Formats: sequence, C-alpha cells, structure tokens
Amino acid sequence: MAQDPGARDLYRAHFESFEKSLNGDAGAPLHSVRRKAFERFADVGFPTRREEDWKFTNLAPLMKTPFRVPNLFTLDAGARKAALDELPGDGPRLVFVNGRLDPSLSGPIESEGKVRLMSLAEAFRARPDIIEKYFGHHARHEEFSLVALNTSFVRDGAFIHLTDGAVLDTPIHLLFISTAAAGPTVSHPRNLFVAGRNSQATIVESYWAPGSDVYYTNAVTEVVLEEGAVVDHYRVQRESEAAFHTGSVTVNQARSANYISNIVSLGGGLVRNDLRILLDGEGAASMLNGLYMVGGTQHVDNRTVVDHARPHCSSNEVYKGVLDGKATGVFNGEIIVREDAQKTDAHQLNKNLVLSEEALINTKPRLRINANDVKCTHGATVGMLDEDALFYLRSRGFPREEARNILTYAFAADVIEPMRDEWLRTAIERLVLARLPAGDRLRELV
Amino acid sequence: MLEIKNLHVSVDGHAILKGINLSVKAGEVHAVMGPNGSGKSTLAQVIAGRETFEVTKGEVIFQGKNLLEMSPEQRAGEGLFLAFQYPVELPGIANMYFLRAALNAIRTYRGEDEIDAIDFLALCKEKVKIVEMDERLMKRSVNEGFSGGEKKRNEILQMSILNPKLAVLDETDSGLDIDALRVVAGGINALRSPDRAMVVITHYQRLLEYVVPDRVHVLSEGRIVRSGGKDLALELEEKGYAWIGEGAATAAPAGAGG
Repeated sequence: MAQDPGARDLYRAHFESFEKSLNGDAGAPLHSVRRKAFERFADVGFPTRREEDWKFTNLAPLMKTPFRVPNLFTLDAGARKAALDELPGDGPRLVFVNGRLDPSLSGPIESEGKVRLMSLAEAFRARPDIIEKYFGHHARHEEFSLVALNTSFVRDGAFIHLTDGAVLDTPIHLLFISTAAAGPTVSHPRNLFVAGRNSQATIVESYWAPGSDVYYTNAVTEVVLEEGAVVDHYRVQRESEAAFHTGSVTVNQARSANYISNIVSLGGGLVRNDLRILLDGEGAASMLNGLYMVGGTQHVDNRTVVDHARPHCSSNEVYKGVLDGKATGVFNGEIIVREDAQKTDAHQLNKNLVLSEEALINTKPRLRINANDVKCTHGATVGMLDEDALFYLRSRGFPREEARNILTYAFAADVIEPMRDEWLRTAIERLVLARLPAGDRLRELV
Repeated sequence: MLEIKNLHVSVDGHAILKGINLSVKAGEVHAVMGPNGSGKSTLAQVIAGRETFEVTKGEVIFQGKNLLEMSPEQRAGEGLFLAFQYPVELPGIANMYFLRAALNAIRTYRGEDEIDAIDFLALCKEKVKIVEMDERLMKRSVNEGFSGGEKKRNEILQMSILNPKLAVLDETDSGLDIDALRVVAGGINALRSPDRAMVVITHYQRLLEYVVPDRVHVLSEGRIVRSGGKDLALELEEKGYAWIGEGAATAAPAGAGG
C-alpha cells in the first residue's frame, strides 16, 4: 500500500481488531485465507491510475476517508419500513445491515433441501463441505487487490446453493443496506452462489441506503454455474450519493450453462463494477445487460471481461450509459477468445447518452482474439439527444423537458425491457423515471 | 387560416427559402410540389417550428397569431400538425400511450381535461380503422421496426387523433406502394373538412390523383414559381421539373400570392 500510509495503518488496525473479535475462530482454516489475503492487500494496496484498468478511476478520495468498522447491524423503525418497500411482498430474501444479516428481515433460511439459502456466516458453520469446494476459487485475491481486501474481512454475506435440478420459480432477493449516521463506515459483503447441474434461479442483489451517509461498500460475489445451470442475476446499485462502492462479480460457467447479468448503477458517489465471466465449458452462453445513469458529481466505472475459453460459447453484451451534470463514466469492456475457443459468437456494444456539456464518458471496448473461426463484434457510441427526435416529440405537443425525458427513457429502455422478472423490471423503470426531472409524468407512458 | 408573407429562411448562412408567399384558407387543400432541394421540407419544418432554420425575413400568421414566436409544442397546442417525411422511432414508448400522452399534452395546453384511458381506447379503435392499421402496432414501440408504409399510416393516425386545424404533410406519399398510398390518401380525405386546412408537400403528382387539391404551387430554388389549380400538377407530371427551371426566372413574380 505504497500510495497512502494512512490507509495502510487504517486497514491494518481494522484487521487486528477484526482478528481479536473472532476469538476461537481465528484458528479456523478460513482465517488463514483471510490472513493471506490481507498480506496480499497490505503488499499491493488499492489500485492506482497507473494500472491500465484503473486509468480513469481515482480512488484517492476513498483512501483518504477514515472509515470505521460498523457496530450497528439493525435499522430504526423508519429505515425498516423503507427497506420493506425495496422488496416484493413475499418470496425468499436475505437482508443485510452494514454487512451483517438481519434475521428479523430475512427468511426462510434453509440449510438442507433443494435450495440452500442462508448467510455466509451460517454456511461456514452449516455447510463447510460446499464452502470448501467453491469459496474463493474464482474470485482471486492473488490477482485483484479489492478482492483481497474483501477476503481479508470475510465474515458475512449471502450464500445460495441450488442442488442439481433445483428450479426456483420465485426470485431470491438479497438486500444490502448501509447506514453510517455516526461517521463513515466500511463493510465487505461476500456472496457465494452455486447453481448445480440443470438448476435454475433468479437472484437479485441490491445495494441501498435509507439516508445520504458517507460509507464504503466493498462487495465480492462469486457465481458458479455447473453444467446446464441457468442463472438470471440482477445487481442493482443504489447506494447513497455520498457513498463509495466497489463491487466485483466473478462468474464461472460450465458446459451449456446460461448466465444473464443485469447490472444497474444508479447511486453511489464513486462506483466501480467489475464483472468477470469465464466461459469454461462448451456451449455456455452469457448475456450482459448494463445500465448506468449518473448525474451531479457521480463517477461510475464499469469493467467487464468475458473470457471465452471453450468452443461454441456465446456472449452478448450491451451496456448503456446516461450521464448528466458533471458526472463521469467509464466503460472498459474486454472480450477474450482463447486459442481453443473456435466458433465463439461474441458481441459487445456500449452506448452513451451525454445530457450536459460537463458530463464525460471514457469508453474502451476491446477484443483479444486468439482463435480463427469466430464471430465477434464490438462497438461504442457517445451522443447527445437526437435533435430530430426532440423536434418530433415537441411537434406532437410535448414540452421540451418532457420530450427530453421521453427520449432519455427510451434510450435506457433497451436494456430494461429484456429483464425477465416483472416485479424488478417495473421497479427499475420507476427508478429510472425518478431520476428524470418530473419523470413521474412519464409513468403512464411506459 | 395560414398566411405566409415574404418568408426568407437560411441555414448556416445559406438562403433556402427566398420570399415565399402562401395563403391557405380553412377548408382548402394546397399541394406544394417541387424538385429535390427546392425547399419543400424546409418550408414544412419552419411552419412546425424547427429551430435549426433561421427566419431572416417575413412572417407566418396562423389564425391571426404570429407562429414564428411560438415553440413547436405551442404550435401543436394551437392546432398545427406536421406529418414527418421520416417519422422518428421511439423504442420503449408504446404507441398507444404515446398518442394518448400527446393528445393530453395538447389538451392541457388548451386548458381542457385530459382524456381518460377508456375514452381514448374507443377513439383509437375508431381511427385505427380509417388507416387500416394492424391494431397490434398500437402496443409496439412508436415506429420501432415499422415498415415505411406503417410509419406513414401511423403519422396519419396521429393526425386524425390529434385533430389539427392545419395539417402539413411532408412527402407522406414518398416510398409507398399503391395500396399504402390509397390508404394514406383515404386517411387524408377523411380529414378534409370546412374548418381544417391542409398543405400537402409532394415530389410526385401520384398522390394528387387521390387527394385532389384546391391549389397547386410549384417550388423551385426557394421560390414559388407557379401557382394554379389541380391541372398544374398534371402539366408538371407531363413536362417534368425541367420545364419549371426554364421558366422560373420570369415566372417568379407571378407566383407571389396563392
């Protein structure tokens, strides 16, 4: 951590007090993983802009903030009520407050049966067999320092295990809530989803804050899809606009597995989303839908890597960005096609709508192709609202502002419409409209 | 209803319209014809309020009000409608809801109550029949994936629902096969009424076989060079636009007025 000795001392102090709080558990095999991860993090520190993948995202404000470890893991009555509105009326859910499970808002917890749903803390106790087999195998702390930081402090998060053939009709909702009224805090949620052979589920992972506190969420999610598994994964980030969020999703797909990623970034002050997908079995398919919509002084950086390691895999990636105010955005997407991955069908598209003079987007689509019989495309666009379309709408009687809203919504709709879960699609439509000036007038339009 | 007096328009310093005079009374249908680049579409868009064009001289009076001082949405509220040559696609916005919202935006401008969903559905069903449009298109996103003919029918549908006092149709016939042309013309004819005026801009005489105009104007190089009855369109078809080019210089003063 050469770049900021204050940050080094801070996280070392966190780690030492964390170790003490573990008491007897400090001797468990998991803790030696934590120790190794922390050594790694202490060695390399936070990523800096000297690194190619961090060229446009400066973590200095994050390093300078003296975060504390949270000590409050429940919500007051008002926040509790607001949190319930963030979830559908029923269905399985795990709710975390400042990184720890709040059992009073969660359920039903299952450690046996076809679908095992519990906190990661519980899984370390109840299902060491599955933990041993999957935990930390794909989200590599040796390679990524923020994963190392997360792994150093692994304690809680969501654990989902779909046994072979388990098909879940109802989406599982995971809601991560942060509050830091007494000063900035940091949490490191860690999630592990394992989808057994031919299993199927929809998982919704949401980050949300009832207030506008300063805090830092450093989340890591590992997703493992065994042969023929189908996972529809939504990641909806609505942190406080004063918050820092670094989220890393690592996906490993076996033969014929089908993974759909929907990453929606609306909140947060400084946000980085990493999505790394390894297509590691023939015929595996991925869809990556991304939407980022930022204004004010928000910054959002989307880093995606789709690694085609086997033949006959397909990936289709569409990321759309809407930037207003002085917001800045990054799209840094990469498709890798390895030598063996013949008949790869990979597509990547990033489109950006810039609504103000001062907003800025850096987009960098990349292809690295090492096979010769493949079909790959990539592209990026950056544009303003189409004047022809604006005129069309105004000529139909829509006031200028409303016409702008309609076009902005229509731009984002491409990545919202394919979302298969209706409750969530409707919720995201509302959130997108809520970000537009007087967007509620549009509600009946969509 | 519409009075255009000595209208001069330029874009990026290039003069496109060079003194247009046109007077259209309620109940009349005027055809404006002309070769490519003569300024037909510019005229249509200036009337509707497109800001990329600069009006350097002249005036446009609509029902006694100065149209040039109004925003496009105000003009729509006042009862003006432009059928676009190239209708815009709006992915994510369902056609049905779009139309109702447009109608309500205009009603709000006029201080009228908004139309509710049930009344609108009835109105829509009635109008969809006139343009022989597949009702399923009402549930699709506005113009997205529509064929050329479907887009033009959708324009006529919008026109019949928004019920304007003055409709300007910008090459609504271009690119249509004969069946679609007949349907579009039928939609236009259904809207002819003593208290509505229409300006039909077209490159070809073909549409005018179905929509018989009261007056025909020929636009060339930013000026109206000929005006006459419906026979002028036939003459033009027969002799071609080159004929206009030859007589343009001398005919220009006679073209003034309408």
